Amino acid sequence: MQQGSKAWKYGDNVDTDVIVPARYLTTSDPAELAAHCMEDLDPDFASQVAQGDIIVAGENFGYGSSREHAPIAIKASGVSCVIAASFARIFYRNAINIGLPILECPQAAMETQHGDMLSVDFESGEIRNLTRGIQYRAAPFPPFVRDIMAAGGLIPYIRQKLLDSADHPFGVQKVEVHLDGEHEEAGTKEK
Amino acid sequence: MPMTMTQKILADHAGLASVEAGQLIEARIDFVLGNDVTAPVAIKEFEKIGVAEVFDRRRIALVPDHFAPNKDIQSAEQCKIMRDFAKKHAIEHYFEVGRMGIEHALLPEQGLVLPGELVVGADSHTCTYGAVGAFSTGVGSTDMAAAMAAGTAWFRVPGAIRFVLNGKLGGWATGKDLILSIIGKIGVDGALYRSMEFVGPGLATLSMDERFTMANMAIEAGAKNGIFAVDERTRAWASSVSSRHYKEYAADPDAVYEQTIVVDLDRIKPQIAFPHLPSNVRPADEAEKTPIDQVVIGSCTNGRIEDLRAAAFILKGRSVAQGVRCIVIPATQQIYRQAVREGLVDTFIEAGAAVSTPTCGPCLGGHMGILAAGERAVATTNRNFVGRMGHPSSEVYLASPATAAACAIAGYIVDPSEISEAPQHGTFETAARDQQK
Repeated sequence: MQQGSKAWKYGDNVDTDVIVPARYLTTSDPAELAAHCMEDLDPDFASQVAQGDIIVAGENFGYGSSREHAPIAIKASGVSCVIAASFARIFYRNAINIGLPILECPQAAMETQHGDMLSVDFESGEIRNLTRGIQYRAAPFPPFVRDIMAAGGLIPYIRQKLLDSADHPFGVQKVEVHLDGEHEEAGTKEK
Repeated sequence: MPMTMTQKILADHAGLASVEAGQLIEARIDFVLGNDVTAPVAIKEFEKIGVAEVFDRRRIALVPDHFAPNKDIQSAEQCKIMRDFAKKHAIEHYFEVGRMGIEHALLPEQGLVLPGELVVGADSHTCTYGAVGAFSTGVGSTDMAAAMAAGTAWFRVPGAIRFVLNGKLGGWATGKDLILSIIGKIGVDGALYRSMEFVGPGLATLSMDERFTMANMAIEAGAKNGIFAVDERTRAWASSVSSRHYKEYAADPDAVYEQTIVVDLDRIKPQIAFPHLPSNVRPADEAEKTPIDQVVIGSCTNGRIEDLRAAAFILKGRSVAQGVRCIVIPATQQIYRQAVREGLVDTFIEAGAAVSTPTCGPCLGGHMGILAAGERAVATTNRNFVGRMGHPSSEVYLASPATAAACAIAGYIVDPSEISEAPQHGTFETAARDQQK
């Protein structure tokens, strides 16, 4: 916290195929995926990234495929957080769902240079660039998303909801289900 | 509160009278999809949840299409995880090799997605089904696991961009060229987090296959979904694939859009997306005869019967250029069979093209046509990222099937009109009444 974490700086539209090329998608082992993380964009990343380092990128980070292998590889490589000007929407969901911390902050994304030392407070969304002495505040997540992150991801969250209560899994008011035709005959499960 | 088409579908599935952009909702899912890359991860997560059964074994599709037929031992193991899970939970819509097709061509063809339904799939191109007026969007494996367990998913209600289509496509211009030019105009994050809603008088001139191609690439503009207004063509298509009841939704006349973009279809020309972004679009006739090594005609974007007919029209009586490998991949077994019946496969083979069983294969650099260092391919697929089809220094140029076939003949990038005169737009369409059930 005192000395901060090193920033790895990338540009706009960092796509899922450079985060983890499809040729490695025949496995879902996090360590194996981490060994190839960012390979086609930055061949040095996987071997040089240190525990706690931070990826800082421009617009539309995680553009492309729905492969969860992408945030899994980043998380398993030791990266503590991704800060970007914006995220592609499936990557955004996936990161929240697997518990990879992400922050949207265009100003920090623009001004941070490769190798800067950063410290991040997830509670407040505060980002401090220790190298340059600049402070930023990322937009906070909606409370519902914070709940998922606090639970450690969507699975622990939904597990708790499904097993511990008869309520609807996401804690929203129960929905009356009306179905027609074949689907009804197929026997929709009543909650 | 007036709503867009997408918002209406979401509101109904959340049991709410209305929703607005930005609102977080939980919605009932009509159908969940996964493939051999994403489902094994989802299955692992599903098992962590600890529920004994899936929410509904009839509302889940598992399709081994990415690295299937198995390309190596590792992918064989991934496919087996999915096969074992399908067996254990008696998943009705598990499609084994021999019956499978590329998921986003297969599900509509099998009547598993109809207008007004809400579908999530652990594949980014799940947005394809917006073509039939459904809300469908790509999610990750964990979302798929949660959806398989609970039959629900959380969404942030998107705002929308409305595309008003006027006129009619002419010459060799197709739905692919239209969506490429739209992405070229708005950029790869031009519709980030939002819906792309396609309406207007020009809509009636677009075939269902063209709509599938366009909705398929909504994700390439960053969109949450792409969706087409339901019309006579949609209804005829729906009744040709299923007798199941469905509900039609239409945007309120006073729905609020973040942006409205008017597109004149008459002005669309064959397009090429240069490396390494789908938005890096130029007219094909400005490609300066860039030499190529490979052509791929297929994928969830352009592996349907009309696509194959257009390619065959150009390849008929001609030969693939020396030094070019042309690979044709029908998207489903049904399409493959139809192509055999119509003599299209014969045309491809006679022209010197390789024809493969359905697979995503080369599109994602999986197998069946990987590029060596520095090689260049023209593909009817959807992404041209760095290393997408093979070596990181290889290049992918995106185009329509007609353009891709013309490039295969020429050996370099070319506008299809330089190889063959264009038939009237719609020539390759299967009238819905003729479509095989």
